[in-house]
Amino acid sequence: MSAPASLRPDLQMIADWVTPRSRVLDLGCGEGDLLAWLQAHKQVSAYGVDFDVNNVVRCVAANVNAIQGDLEAGLAEFEDQRFDHVVLSQTIQAMHNTEQILLEMLRVGREAIVTFPNFGYWENRWQILKGRMPVSDDMPYQWYNTPNIHWCMLGDFDALCAKNGLRVVERVVMTGGRRVHFLPNLRGSLAFYRVTRG
Amino acid sequence: MSSNASSVGIVSAQRALFDTPLPLAGGTVLPSYELVFETYGQLNAAGSNAILICHALSGHHHVAGRYSADDKAAGWWDNMIGPGKPIDTNRFFVVGLNNLGGCHGSTGPSSIDPVSGQPWGSRFPVVTVPDWVTAQARLADRLGVERWAAVIGGSLGGMQALQWAIDYPDRVANALVIASAPKLSAQNIAFNDVARQAIITDPDFCGGDFYAQGTIPRRGLRLARMLGHITYLSDDGMGEKFGRMLRSGEYKFGYDVEFEIESYLRYQGDKFSDYFDANTYLLMTKALDYFDPAKDYGGDLVAALQRATASFMVASFTSDWRFSPERSRETVKALIAAGKRVSYAEIESVHGHDAFLMTDEPYMNLMRAYLQRVAKEVAA
Repeated sequence: MSAPASLRPDLQMIADWVTPRSRVLDLGCGEGDLLAWLQAHKQVSAYGVDFDVNNVVRCVAANVNAIQGDLEAGLAEFEDQRFDHVVLSQTIQAMHNTEQILLEMLRVGREAIVTFPNFGYWENRWQILKGRMPVSDDMPYQWYNTPNIHWCMLGDFDALCAKNGLRVVERVVMTGGRRVHFLPNLRGSLAFYRVTRG
Repeated sequence: MSSNASSVGIVSAQRALFDTPLPLAGGTVLPSYELVFETYGQLNAAGSNAILICHALSGHHHVAGRYSADDKAAGWWDNMIGPGKPIDTNRFFVVGLNNLGGCHGSTGPSSIDPVSGQPWGSRFPVVTVPDWVTAQARLADRLGVERWAAVIGGSLGGMQALQWAIDYPDRVANALVIASAPKLSAQNIAFNDVARQAIITDPDFCGGDFYAQGTIPRRGLRLARMLGHITYLSDDGMGEKFGRMLRSGEYKFGYDVEFEIESYLRYQGDKFSDYFDANTYLLMTKALDYFDPAKDYGGDLVAALQRATASFMVASFTSDWRFSPERSRETVKALIAAGKRVSYAEIESVHGHDAFLMTDEPYMNLMRAYLQRVAKEVAA
């Protein structure tokens, strides 16, 4: 089955963290790009979850296992510690039950990979200074139509992990597909976290 | 494209006689039996492109096409099966059969028992989903199908697809389980029993041996079908179609047909009692009640599914309350826990349980996408 030859840079970053032949769950899997790539290149066994039936249909077409479901309702379909990696890519900021999903991810899997747009990115701060809510490539919505209801910066996510006794194994920050090492909370637009239980 | 371009066209039924005795789950043995079936499309040289369609409670072998040019009704899943349709007969060899115990030509209670020369009637054994699957496997042998590219069914048909994957793990590449459940709930069984009681308490039922009396338990069958129909539709769907519409526009203050829904249900009941066999109805509902593939595995569905090697597609419909999405999720959860390949879709539909026979767009897209994948596997 044909898989995309190259991935979007942020998905590639996630893919790099995935162990070959591991078991992967992708929450909010969309059309299954990440999992199709991982199946073809890293021989993972994987399931995606998506709310939209049209995305399930596209995953089926791409030979990706997809389960239609609402992440807000938890991950009842999946038993404890079923997966090596559980991915939540640029979705956590749009969830109501933010804390619950993070804990659910680590119930069903050994490691959670969470990515989100960093609200602390300097361009966002600059737009706020200019008197407007930030709009960017990673955050392409107006304040009145955004699905993103729980904004956070790197420090906020660190604090959420600490509160729940979770360990941040690795953190990468990127801007425009390139890694940012210096002043990440100011210069990074996308945050990538690998989190495990304490 | 004209509508004919996507029809399998004129079809005819075939019969297969099996004289190897069939041991049944109930302990009896059926010495010989006939199955009536239809096929569409061509079996490829490798015998790898065959798809089995399993029917539900009142279904049969006439799945697609028409018997003659002026045949008013096409097969019961004609919208899904044909050239260029989701189950594409240009690519697949599609087999539909009437299950054992049916009343459309396969050996059943209304058939003649060769030993007595009389209709089987009350002496026809209760058959189960696993019994059907065994009989279907023998038909597969006869047709030269070593391994089905897919076994597909809705409702009771979905149960057969699931059973196939468990009982013959090497002979099913894909199982499509639609609007189904891993076992009936108490409520499901309760509805079935009311239907059975309607038939059994009809004086014309004669304990199941009404054939010799020249009677048909029409009243019982009619009530059973009316009750069944209510459970196939959703409250919203029924409301949308009939609401509180009155046939004459005003109350008559009597007990004749007044509301359109009454008229519809009575019509469906009457029509059904004209052609369906009462004993077959009892048998089919009993096969539903007994279905529980986990039972042999200490009630553990995950353990039951462990043997399966097939990939699965499970689909449910939001307004189906007979086999609700929650029931399909039980199957999905067990399949995931067993580490099987599975996709699951919950299709938005107002059509209730009947939606598996309808053409809601996401459903058709899903079936098309999945079966294109199956076609690629076959070609690979």
